[in-house]
Amino acid sequence: MKVIEVENLTKRFGSFTAVDNISFSVERGEIFGFLGANGAGKTTAMKMLCGLLRPSGGRGIVSGFDINRESEKIKASIGYMSQKFALYEDLKVWENIRLYAGIYGVPEKEATERSHTLLEELGLEKERNSLVKSLPLGWRQKLAFSVSIFHKPTIVFLDEPTGGVDPVTRRQFWEMIYKAAGSGITVFVTTHYMDEAEYCNRVSIMVDGRIDALSSPASLKKEFEAESMDEVFRKLARKSKNGEL
Amino acid sequence: MVCMEESNSKAISVKALAKNFGKVMGGGDGSASGAVAAVAGISFEIERGEIFGVIGPDGAGKTTLFRILTTLLLPDSGEARVMGYDTVKDYREIRKIVGYMPGKFSLYQDLTVEENLKIFATLFNTTIEENYHLIKDIYGHLEPFKKRRAGALSGGMKQKLALSCALIHKPEVLFLDEPTTGIDPVSRKELWEMLGRLKKQGITIVVSTPYMDEASLCDRIALMQEGKFLMCDRPQAIIDSFSKNLFSVKGENMGALLEGLREAKGVLSCFAFGDSHHITAEKDNGTSSAVTAASLKAELERAGFEGVEVTKTEPSVEDCFMELLSK
Repeated sequence: MKVIEVENLTKRFGSFTAVDNISFSVERGEIFGFLGANGAGKTTAMKMLCGLLRPSGGRGIVSGFDINRESEKIKASIGYMSQKFALYEDLKVWENIRLYAGIYGVPEKEATERSHTLLEELGLEKERNSLVKSLPLGWRQKLAFSVSIFHKPTIVFLDEPTGGVDPVTRRQFWEMIYKAAGSGITVFVTTHYMDEAEYCNRVSIMVDGRIDALSSPASLKKEFEAESMDEVFRKLARKSKNGEL
Repeated sequence: MVCMEESNSKAISVKALAKNFGKVMGGGDGSASGAVAAVAGISFEIERGEIFGVIGPDGAGKTTLFRILTTLLLPDSGEARVMGYDTVKDYREIRKIVGYMPGKFSLYQDLTVEENLKIFATLFNTTIEENYHLIKDIYGHLEPFKKRRAGALSGGMKQKLALSCALIHKPEVLFLDEPTTGIDPVSRKELWEMLGRLKKQGITIVVSTPYMDEASLCDRIALMQEGKFLMCDRPQAIIDSFSKNLFSVKGENMGALLEGLREAKGVLSCFAFGDSHHITAEKDNGTSSAVTAASLKAELERAGFEGVEVTKTEPSVEDCFMELLSK
C-alpha cells in the first residue's frame, strides 16, 4: 500500500520553480530519507505533502487524501515534527501531550491512559510536571517524536529531527524511528547527517527542485561509484546550477 | 586540563572559567531544579594561528563560552584572556581585535549587503577596500547581490555576509559559533575550505560545531558536554587514547543485528554507525575470553544471523565522544 504517491508535483514562486515536476511514491512502513542541499526545494515539497502549500501543478495522494483538494484531511491524518519547532517550552510535559492529543482528536480517556504508557516508556514519569524547557535537548526531541505519533498517524514527517543532538541520543532517536516504522507508521525524514541516510530504506536526493536520485542507500552508492552516502550527495550536489542564491 | 603555563603568547588562555544561569522553574509545586552550570570550571589554552574546535551537542555550553571570550558576557568566576587581554578588564581592547559570528543571524535585515559590510568597516575605523583581500573569496559570491537587502538573502548567503562582516576589520582571533549548523554537506565543506585559507593568513580561529566529522579539520578540539571539556587535544591524540577495541559489523537484517549484538558476550556498547554497527569490547590481553572479530562472527552465526561481516576498525572522534558520554 502506498502512503505517498505524487505525480509531476510542481511549485512556482513567480518565475522561480522551487519544485520542478517531481514524481515518487512511498510505501507503508517505509523509512524514506528526503535529502538535498539548502535551497534544493525540500521544504517546499514537504509543505505541499503536508497540506500546507497548494501546488502550482501536478497531483498527489498523501495518506489516502488529495493534496489539491483535501489538505485539511491530510493535516489531521499525519504527524509532524521539526528541530526548530516541536513542543511548547512553557507548558509542562503532560500539558504538551494533552494539547497534541486534543488537537488530533484522541479521546480523553484514551489520551490519559496512553500518556501514562508513553512517559513510562520514555522514562519521563518523574518529569511529568516539569516544564519542557527544563528538559535536556535530547529528551525533548525524543518526547517531541513520541508526541508527533501519539495519534497513530499513517505517516510522520520529520524535518531535521536530530540537528544539534548528541551522538548517543541521535542513535537512540533512530531506534525510536525504527520501532515506529515497525509498527506500520511511514517515516518521511530530512537530515544533514549523511550516516543517517544509511538508516533509511530508500533515499531521494533533490537538486534544483528535481529528484535526481532515488533508491536504497546501497544501490545509490553502487550507481554513483561512491564509498559513502556523503560522497553520493557531493557528486549530485555538484551538478546544481542554481548554487545558493 | 592540558598545559597551563602562564604566557601572553597564547591566543587564548582560560583558567577555571565558570558561568551559571538562574534557576529554571520546575513543576507546578514551584520547586526549582537549581541553577544550570553552562560553563563549569574550564581551563585551556589556544595557540596563535590554530583552528580550535569546540565540539558538542546543543546545550553543552558552547555559546556561553564564546560569549564570555568575546566579552559579551561576564563569567561568575575564573578568568579568560584573549591575545593577553583580560575579558573583563580589557574588553575594549579585545573588541578591536576579535571577529565574532554568532550562531543566530544578527545583521541588519533592512540594510543591503553592501551597507551592512560598510557599517562594520566604519565601526572599526577601516574601509572595505583596505581589507578586501581577506574577504574576497567569500564576498566575491555576494557582490552581484550587494544591493539586495540582507533579510532577503538565502541561509547560505546570509552566512557568507556574516562571515565577511566578522572579517572586515582584520581580526586576530575569529570566533565562529556553529557556522555549519543546518547547512548541507557541500556548503559545509566550502566553509571549512575558507577557514583553512584564513588560517594561512595567520588568523586564530575558534569554531564550535555539533558535527563530529568536522573534528578532523581542526588542529585541536575540545569535546564539550554539560559545561565541561570531556577531552581537549589533537583529533588524532583523542583517537589514539580510545581505550577499547572497536569492531564494525554488517549483516543482512541490520535492525535485528543491533539487538543480537547487544546480547553478545563481551559487547560493552553497540550503536548504529551509518552502513554498519559499531561495537566496543575490552582490549584483549591474551585471555581466551577476549572478543575477536572471528569469535563475534561465530557467535552471531550461531544465533542465526546471516551474511555477517565483522572487522576490527579504527575509532573516529564520534566513537570517542560516545565512549566518553557513556562513562
